[in-house]
Order: sequence, then C-alpha cells, then structure tokens
Amino acid sequence: MNLNINQIFPSLITAIFVGGIAGYLGSLMLTKRMALVGDALGHVALPGIGLALLLGLNISLGAFVFLLLGVLLIWFLEKKTYLATETLVGVAFVLSLALGFLITPQPELLEALIGDISKTSLTDAILSIILTVLVLFVVKKIYSKIMLASVSEDLAAAEGINIAKYNFIYLLAIAIIVALGVKVVGSLLIGALVIVPAAASRIISSNMRQYVFWSAFFGILSCIGGILLSKATQFPAGPLIILVCIVFFIISLIFKKS
Amino acid sequence: MQNILEVKNLTVSFGEERVIDNLSFNLKKGENLVVVGPNGAGKTVLLKTLIGMLEFTGEIKWEKNVKIGYVPQKILPEKNIPLSIEEFFNFKSCLSLDRKITPEQIRKALQSVGISDFSILKKKIGVISSGQLQRILIAWSLIGKPEVLLFDEPMAGIDIGGEETIYNLLSQIDKEKHLTMVMITHDLSVVYKFADSVLCLNKSAICYGAPQEALTPEKLSQLYGGEMKVYSHAHL
Repeated sequence: MNLNINQIFPSLITAIFVGGIAGYLGSLMLTKRMALVGDALGHVALPGIGLALLLGLNISLGAFVFLLLGVLLIWFLEKKTYLATETLVGVAFVLSLALGFLITPQPELLEALIGDISKTSLTDAILSIILTVLVLFVVKKIYSKIMLASVSEDLAAAEGINIAKYNFIYLLAIAIIVALGVKVVGSLLIGALVIVPAAASRIISSNMRQYVFWSAFFGILSCIGGILLSKATQFPAGPLIILVCIVFFIISLIFKKS
Repeated sequence: MQNILEVKNLTVSFGEERVIDNLSFNLKKGENLVVVGPNGAGKTVLLKTLIGMLEFTGEIKWEKNVKIGYVPQKILPEKNIPLSIEEFFNFKSCLSLDRKITPEQIRKALQSVGISDFSILKKKIGVISSGQLQRILIAWSLIGKPEVLLFDEPMAGIDIGGEETIYNLLSQIDKEKHLTMVMITHDLSVVYKFADSVLCLNKSAICYGAPQEALTPEKLSQLYGGEMKVYSHAHL
C-alpha cells in the first residue's frame, strides 16, 4: 500500500468535513419526501458537472449553479402547478440525467457519476472546510425549528416559525453540501452519503442528541474508511465510501436486534 | 369584564372559496368559549387564523402582549422519530426569546396534566399512546404560562375512558390557572359542562351566546341540517 500522507491529506480532510456535514444534514431528512429530494438533488447536479468539465471550471461550482436552478425550479413549479413535490423532483431528476449524459464528455462521465477525490487540491480542501463549517453554523441555528416542524407543522407555525423560509435555507445548505460532495462520491452516490448515515443512526438512537452525533460520526467514518480502502485496493473511493456507509447501516440493524 | 379578544367581520378565503364569512365575536377574560359545527365548517381554520397562521380580512384584536397556548387537533409523529419528550419540551426554550425553560418547569407542566412519572421524558415521542401524547401536548402548551389556551378537539383520538379524563383535566387546569379557553369540539355534551358561551359555526355564525339561550333546537338543525336528529341521540 502506497500511503503518502501529503498526497492523501487534502482528499481525506475534504472527505471528513463533507461526510460529517452530509450525515448531519441528512439527519433532518426525516420524511420520505425529503429523503427523495436529497437523493434526486445529486442527479440534478450532473449537467452542471458536465458543463464545468467541458469548460475546465471547478465541478463543484457547476454543480452548485445547477442545484440552485433545480431547487428554484421545483419551488416555482410547486407553487404554480400544485403538483406533488415528488412528481416535480422526478421530472427534474430525469431531465438532468438526460442533459447530463449529453453534455458530459465521455471520458469524464465516470468521474462525474462516481467522483474522484484523489484530484482534490489543498485549495479545494480549504474551501470545503470553510463552506462546511459555515453550513454547520447556519443549520445548527435552525435545526430545532425544522425538527419541530417535522413533528407537527401546526405546532411550529403556532410558535411563529416560518416553515417555508427554514426549509428553503435547509435546501440551500443541502445544495452546497451536494456540490462539494460530488467531488467525493460523484453525483450518482451523493444522495446515499446524505441519507444512509442518518438512516443507520436513526435505527440505534433514542433521542435527538444521539441521533445527530451518530449521523455525523457515521458520515465521517465512512469517508475515512472508503478512502483508505481505495488506497489499498485501487478501486475508486466514491463507491467504497458508500459501501462502508451500508456496512454501518447493517451493523446498526444487527445492534438494534440484539 | 374586559375583552381579551375582539373579532370583527373576519373573513378567510382559500382561493375563491370563503371558509369563514363575516364572523364577529368577543372573548372575555376567563371565559370558556366552545366552538361547534359540522365538518368543513371552518372551526380549525378559525383557530389557525386567531394565532396568525392564515391570512384574513376583517379584524382580530388580542389584548396587548397576551400569551397564547395552542393544542392542535392531532399530531402524528413518526414512530421512530429520534426525539425524546424531554427534547420536545426543550424546543420551547429554543423557540421563544424568553429565558430557557428549566426541568422544574417541565415537571410542573407534566403534573398539571396528571403525569407524575417523569421517566416519560426519556421516551421517544412517537411511541407513547395517543392519550399520553394529548396530555404531553397540553403540558407543552402550558409552558410559558399562557393566559389563553386554544384547543382543537382535545377529545379527538382518545378512547372513552381517556376522553373523560382529558375533559376533567381541562376543567381542573381551568380551575387552577383561571385561563381563558377556546375549544373546538364535535361533542355537544361538552358545551353544557364546560362553556360559558358557545359559537355555532358554519362558515358564519349560526348562533352565539350563552349555551342555554343560543343552542336552540332550531339553531342546531340549521347548523347540522338533517344530521341533527341522529347526532343528538348518538350520545345517549
């Protein structure tokens, strides 16, 4: 195993921060509807990634622009058409996949789909840390409010919480993390990095404090495990990270049963 | 007695449809108002409008700085939502700008709703019975010492035995804390036991006043239409 710490450091530190915050944000995807949105947003990023690859730009930037467009489009159509969010997300999802496959240059398609963390530079890593800490700070402030709204929208509204506003802030936070995460695990798998650690955590947690802790912790451990496995096996890190997530999920299931 | 709430010409519309039409009533301090009416009459909409959740035309004038507690009709938290009841109570402190609530306050609120076993605080909110959840919600609404409590069908979803308890509980809380209450119900027997005044609502006010005077057979059949006969015997 060729473990050069200087070479692995930027990708590892990026993955730790992105994985941890992805798990943390995922813990708020408490409803089926939300989980679906999280999964689909990764795919919405694909045309952006393709365009960025074509133009030689940062793929996170391309992803973020398209995510923002996707979130706004879904939000707008929801107001105008009264269709279910699931339906609209489904439409945005397949539209983006189709466009993404057409736009993304063939040789880079695989990288867009499953990520390539080894390309991370130190600058990328620093930017990721700054953005993830910012997202953590913002979401921590609105966490209880969103949690209460997911218990009862009526109670939340009665407490004067503007649910639509906080949901929008939360979606923006998700968009930032997805944009950063596509570098780590790719657009196909980023949804899993958001959803699986929180799902594993939910199985074993009996209160919110544990739930938040284990969600972030599983996210971090999966990223470290996946990258180390990738170095050892030469398989791409993205799918390995997700497989480690799934292993934690299975362990949680077993732990819960016993 | 001083009015704590004045409602004048209140109209609430969803698109083209008027759900509440030109409704006026007053609420005095310490008064218990029961709102009755058929399904779809706008009862829940009325409560939601009173606490500022919905847009309206007309006038809603609460007493200045009044504190309102609200118990919604039904909440159905997912069974496996990882939120303990203690954390649910602590949300109250994160939300209001007042100081944090103390464990002492939570325990007092639980005692007011007849829960003396505080180990319930460690339980997940999705796993307790609907009767217990109803009590927890009432306790939640009592934190912060509200002067007014709004209940949306506090008996909904509770079995008969439990229903009696929740009703006794509300009377008890009312006696101890001298609150002003607005309660929605389907159960006309509650009106006579509990209400100082009654508002029969079907988009607009069909009757309004002291129960014995306002709830005449004519008004009731006007309120419920042909259903009324069946309805009144159903509770015998």
